[in-house]
Amino acid sequence: MRDVQHDNSLPIGAGVGYKPQHFAALTDDPGSVSWLEIHAENFMGDGGRPLAQLRHLAERFPISVHGVGLSIGGEERLDPEHLARLKKLTDWLNPAMFSEHLAWSTHDGAFLNDLLPLPYTAETLSRVTAHIDQLQDHLGRKMLLENPSSYLAFVGSTWSEPDFLREIARRTGCGLLLDVNNVFVSATNLEFDPRAYIDAYPLDLVEEFHLAGHDEDADELGRKLLIDSHGRPVDEPVWTLFDHVIARAGARPALVEWDNDVPEWDVLEAEAARATQHMKPALAAAVSA
Amino acid sequence: MNDSVTFSSTGDVTVTQTAFRKALLDPQQDVPEGLTNPDGQHADKRFSVYRNNVAHGLSEAMLTGFPVLAKLVGDEFFREMAKVYLRIHPPASPLMMHYGAALPGFLESFPGTLHLKYLPDVARLELALRRAYHAADALPIDPTLLTRLDQPALMRARLHMSPACEVLITKWPAKAIWDYNMKDGPQPTGGAENILISRVGFDPVAERLPQGGAPFVRSLIKGRSFGTALGLATADTPDFDLTETLSVLIATHAITGADKPD
Repeated sequence: MRDVQHDNSLPIGAGVGYKPQHFAALTDDPGSVSWLEIHAENFMGDGGRPLAQLRHLAERFPISVHGVGLSIGGEERLDPEHLARLKKLTDWLNPAMFSEHLAWSTHDGAFLNDLLPLPYTAETLSRVTAHIDQLQDHLGRKMLLENPSSYLAFVGSTWSEPDFLREIARRTGCGLLLDVNNVFVSATNLEFDPRAYIDAYPLDLVEEFHLAGHDEDADELGRKLLIDSHGRPVDEPVWTLFDHVIARAGARPALVEWDNDVPEWDVLEAEAARATQHMKPALAAAVSA
Repeated sequence: MNDSVTFSSTGDVTVTQTAFRKALLDPQQDVPEGLTNPDGQHADKRFSVYRNNVAHGLSEAMLTGFPVLAKLVGDEFFREMAKVYLRIHPPASPLMMHYGAALPGFLESFPGTLHLKYLPDVARLELALRRAYHAADALPIDPTLLTRLDQPALMRARLHMSPACEVLITKWPAKAIWDYNMKDGPQPTGGAENILISRVGFDPVAERLPQGGAPFVRSLIKGRSFGTALGLATADTPDFDLTETLSVLIATHAITGADKPD
């Protein structure tokens, strides 16, 4: 639907999660924001203002469609109606990217509106793989799979998360979306070294980064428990971890997510500008190489 | 990560999603076995992060979706009520834009609001306005196309109604209550209402129809001819005010076209 001069891929720069309250400010002056992410499920109505705004935005910005409701990690089969809705949206929009989560959200007739965790085992590996094969066949496009944020561990897990993601990508041909905040949140909550996680991660398969803010809480033993709340600026240690990622992987399209207590446009744009700033050395190196 | 932790748990450590889901929606349920903190100990507080995420996410979505209800009962009461509702009626699909469809029925028997008998009607109106917001786009008819038809032709014509258009028959003055709370309208009075919901541009609208307007518009939506709809309306209400009904339909962009009669 975008005009032909557009290269239909995400630019290697900063994007933000689109919020309707930013529509006017963002179309007036996007500043450092060069692409937008939308949550697929918010644009599955039949018409009205949401789709009209999206049509308008898609003429100006590359769009990444981010699904939050397919339940790829679910025990049950993928919902054929939801697959059809995703297909309808991506066929109409022809987005620059489509991504979903290593998580589940629907079971026994209930959509729980959260990204719920799964153990990493031979059984879940084959199930997730089958679901991604089915999704990519159905949409006729490659997807990116995002690493989750974790609050607890499964006794039954037999794979590490980076190995599990690498194996899924190897079997399905999907790419990966590396959420740097999720790595930091999980590393704090499950007490592992976030840099070691990054070093073990198949960075060559990563086609997009996510950055977001988190909240801090504590468990019943008084241990730090970080909550992936998307309601604050990106935390300093996450920027530091982002630098580590960039040093190893180089620059990629990088998204700032801010879904709760959404700030004024200027505040969000400043976060995107900071993400661009962090990637500048890598971008310069890539250009001169 | 996983291999750095030795677990001492015995027995089956498979956490089914059935068990997870049950414990998620019911705080009285034990946290499933097989979920731990980094030391292999039970992870109750950690599990409650998911419980809170689900309850908070769904109740906030309802608060956004039912602004007048929330105003009528207060945000805090509404959130607590939503937490009861979501355990009985979790969303059936990932389309959160339509979440809460069972709220009118729930409110009919929720002990905390039984004395506020008009709440179910207000919930129906708020749901209908949300459906209208997300309905397919359609342009309104040029009204002169209707006025140009002679009487027999008009009676045989089938009108195309906007995808956003629907009709509610309420026992309580839901539209007046909505206006009072959202538009500083006058103190709500009266009883039953026939309410037309439609959309002008991208903005949902609700307008009161004269008595008999509901069966009239409903039969137009079903694709019956103008004459058939009028017959139904006058059977319901002998002094049915067609002129007023048509002016509401035109003003709310509810009519989008007409089939030329054969």
